[in-house]
Amino acid sequence: MAGGDTAGRLVRPFALTGGRTRPSRADFTLITTVTAVDPPPTWATRPQPEQQRILRHCARPIAVAELAALLDLPVSVIVIMLCDLLEAGRITLRPPRPVSQNPDLDLLQKVRDGLGRL
Amino acid sequence: MADSDTVTRAAPDTVKILIAGGFGVGKTTMVGSVSEIAPLRTEEPLTEAGLGVDDLEGIEEKKATTVALDFGRITIGDDLVLYLFGTPGQQRFWFMWNDLALGALGAVVLVDVRRPESSFAAIDFFERRGIPFVVGVNGFYGEHPYPPEEIRDALALPEHVQVLLCDARERGSSRDVLIALLDQLIAAAVN
Repeated sequence: MAGGDTAGRLVRPFALTGGRTRPSRADFTLITTVTAVDPPPTWATRPQPEQQRILRHCARPIAVAELAALLDLPVSVIVIMLCDLLEAGRITLRPPRPVSQNPDLDLLQKVRDGLGRL
Repeated sequence: MADSDTVTRAAPDTVKILIAGGFGVGKTTMVGSVSEIAPLRTEEPLTEAGLGVDDLEGIEEKKATTVALDFGRITIGDDLVLYLFGTPGQQRFWFMWNDLALGALGAVVLVDVRRPESSFAAIDFFERRGIPFVVGVNGFYGEHPYPPEEIRDALALPEHVQVLLCDARERGSSRDVLIALLDQLIAAAVN
């Protein structure tokens, strides 16, 4: 249902990244949360329209995968644009909770209790 | 909206669980039945590395250049959000699974009793990587012709992997499968 991008979008996805297909940083995952910095730094330059759209959607914290779905852009494209916004000081990011071989019992219990309330 | 904390609101912690299994086994249905939002979809363009390595039989022509990823969200609290990702079911999209599995709490492998073999590969994937999982036997039309133990034997599952009969269309049923996974994770963490 999320198709129809060729009809609706004016710019091909990787044109938004200047043809780049790889991000400059590797720490964005699907569930990394990004939040717009408000107010923007005084030295900030005016963002491009697609960057502006991203910033509007992350006025509140939002996961990378959600941004991609809402803006109907591939995650790979969103991540490259987020790298630019991060370098420009326009967003902050929060990595997901690390999941290691020694799972955090409190975290698991919290998720379990939350599911129990559904 | 006028709260003074709007600006300083901290981003929540995020965790994820994968919903895996063969093509058409009900993964997106399960994601949708427990998610607080309608399942979202992202589409990734495929690079040549991902194309042509596997069986292309039965793949719809229009899907040949992108792989879709469906996911949902459950807010556990102000400071914790759980994401559910349906893994791409078709064999040729398996290269995406490693990325998806990284950092996941665990997985639910859905099995269609009419074609259990379509979920063998998913079970194998998680076993090989030591990623904890439970098996949800999705009864189409709510029917369960086989008891869980028979399915466990048929799938050659180890003792610690739970097998649950479920109906992916039902919120309560899908929730119970997720709770079973968490109970399994908690039991493993305590021991």
